[in-house]
Amino acid sequence: MSVAHRLWANGSIRFGAVVLGFMVLVSLLAPWLGTVDPAAMDFNHINKPAGLTGDFTLVDGSTVAHIFWLGTDSFGRDLYSRVVYGAQVSLMVGGFTAALALALGGFLGMLAGYFRQVDAVLMRFMDGLMAIPAILLAIALVAALGAQVATVVVAIAIPEVPRVTRLVRSLVLSLREEPFVEAARALATPTPVILWRHILPNALAPLIVQGTFVAASAVLTEAILSFLGLGLPPDIPTWGNIMAEGRVQFSQYPGNVLYPALFLVPTVLAVNLLGDGLRDVLDPKFAKRGT
Amino acid sequence: MLQFVLRRLLAVLPVLLIVSMVVFLILRLAPGDPAAVIAGNSATNEEIDLIRQQLGLNGSILSQYFIWIGRVFQGDLGYSYYLSKPVTELVAQRVEPTLSLAAGTLVMAIAVAVPLGTIAAWRMGGWLDKILSGFSVAGFSVPVFVIGYLLIYLFAIRLDWLPVQGYKTLFGPRSVGVWDWMRQLILPWMTLAMIYVALIARVTRASVSEALTEDYIRTARAKGLTERVVLLRHALSNAAVPIVTVIGIGVALLIGGVVVTETVYAIPGLGMLTVDAVLNRDFPVIQGLVLLFSCAYVFINLLVDLSYLFLDPRIRY
Repeated sequence: MSVAHRLWANGSIRFGAVVLGFMVLVSLLAPWLGTVDPAAMDFNHINKPAGLTGDFTLVDGSTVAHIFWLGTDSFGRDLYSRVVYGAQVSLMVGGFTAALALALGGFLGMLAGYFRQVDAVLMRFMDGLMAIPAILLAIALVAALGAQVATVVVAIAIPEVPRVTRLVRSLVLSLREEPFVEAARALATPTPVILWRHILPNALAPLIVQGTFVAASAVLTEAILSFLGLGLPPDIPTWGNIMAEGRVQFSQYPGNVLYPALFLVPTVLAVNLLGDGLRDVLDPKFAKRGT
Repeated sequence: MLQFVLRRLLAVLPVLLIVSMVVFLILRLAPGDPAAVIAGNSATNEEIDLIRQQLGLNGSILSQYFIWIGRVFQGDLGYSYYLSKPVTELVAQRVEPTLSLAAGTLVMAIAVAVPLGTIAAWRMGGWLDKILSGFSVAGFSVPVFVIGYLLIYLFAIRLDWLPVQGYKTLFGPRSVGVWDWMRQLILPWMTLAMIYVALIARVTRASVSEALTEDYIRTARAKGLTERVVLLRHALSNAAVPIVTVIGIGVALLIGGVVVTETVYAIPGLGMLTVDAVLNRDFPVIQGLVLLFSCAYVFINLLVDLSYLFLDPRIRY
C-alpha cells in the first residue's frame, strides 16, 4: 500500500483531515459565505437572537438583506461573520506557531544531538524553560512583547520549543550512529549537508506528528490568551476574542461564548485526532513509546 | 538513598537558576527604559529614578541580575508601583483562593482519574474504556473556560443549584463556613479537574494495563486472590510510578488552568492577579508570580521524584 493509502485507511486521519479541510475551506471562502464585514457595528441589531433575518447596516450606511445565523454581539456585530472570519486568524496562528516551534526546536535539537559540546548547556536551558508553566510563559512574553499577530505567535511557540528540541535531539542521537551517516562522514560530506540531507529527512515523521499536536495546543492557547484579554487586539476577530467579548454578558446571552466554541472545539479535536492517526501510521515506534 | 535524595536536590538548582534568568530577562524584552517599564504607567519621574538606583541599572546586566536575585532570596519580590504594595504582600493576600482551588482540584482529579483508569485497564475494550479514550482526546480539545461556562450555564443558571461566581473566604472573622466554601468551589474544581482527569486517567490506564500482563499477576490470580486485591495490591501499586509522575507534570497544566478558571469564576486569587498585572503592565508582579508558580512546579516535581523511593523500592541510585 502506498503511504497515501495507509494514511487514508486510518479513521482518525480521515476524520481529522475532513473536519480540518472543511474549516480551512470555510475560512478561505469567508467573504462568499453570506457574511458581512465582521468589524461592522449595526446599532439597530444589538444582542439579537440566532436565526433572525433582517437588514444589516454596513459601515458606509448602506443596508443588505442578511440572515443572522448566530445572532449579534453587544456591539451589533454579526456573530456568524465574526466566527467565520475568526477561523482565518485562529487557524493561521495555529499553523505559524507550529512552523516556528518546529523550526526553532528542530534546529536546536539537531545542534544538541549532533554537537556534544553544546548539548549539556542547551538542554539544561531547555529544562529551565520547561519548568515555567506554558501558559504562564506565554502570558509573560505577551506582556513584554506586546500583542500583535507576530508576537502572539512567538509567545505561544517559545514554550513549545523545549519539547520539540528534546524530541529531535533524541532522534538525532540515534540517527548519527546509523551506517548511512557514518558513510557520509567517511566521504567528507560537510556537516551541515549531513544534518540537512541525511538526518533531517529521517527525523521528519515524528516531527510532523509533534507539529500537529503543537498546532492543536496553539489554537487553544490563542483562544485562552484572547479570552483573558491578553491576546490579539479585540478588534481582530478570533474565536478567543469573540468569546472574551461574550463573557461579560454570559448569563443573558450564553451564545456569544458557546457558538464560537462549536467551531473551536471540533477544529482542535480534528487536529489532535490527525496527530494521533499520523503517529500510529508514520511513527509506530513513537506510538508505542508514548503513553 | 541519601545519595539519591542529594542528587535530586542538586539537580533542581540549575533548573531554578535558568528559570530565574528567563524570568529576569523577559522584562528586558519589553521595549523602552526598564525602570520606566517596572514603574508602570502611573509612576512619577522620582519613582523611576529611585528604581533605576535600586536595580543598579547603570551596572552590567549580570550585576543587575545578582542584585535582583539577592533580593528574591531575602524574600523581596519587588514592589508594585501600580498597586503601591510589595509583591509579597499582594501574594499573601491572594494565596488562599488559589490554594483552595488547586488543592481541591488535585484531590478531586486523582480520586476520579485513578479508579477510572484502573477499571478501564481491567476491562480493556469495554464500554468504560471506550468512553474514557473518547473523553481523554476530547479533554485536550476543549478550552478550560468553555468547560467552565458550560458548567455555569447548566448548574448555576439553568438548574440554579450552585452560585455563579465569586469567592468567600474560609478563614478569619469573615469565614462563611466549610459548607458554603465548598459549594462555591464545586464548579471551579470540576472545571479545572476535567483536563487533569483526562491526563491522569490515560496514563493510569496505560500503566495498569502494562502491569496486568506481568507474570506476577497471573501468579496472584492462580493463588486465588480476589480481583480487587490483584488490581489494587499487585497491578496498581506496580503501576504507581508513571501515575505519580504524570500527576507532577500535570501541575503545569493545573497552574495554567488556575489562571483561566479564576477569571471565569471571578475568584480573586493569584491567577486573577497575574491577568490584572499583565493588563496593567505591572512587571514586578508578573515577574514575581511567574517565578513563584515555576518554583512551586519544580518543588512539586521534586517531591514526586523523592516519592519514587517509597513507591518503587528498586530505585536506589
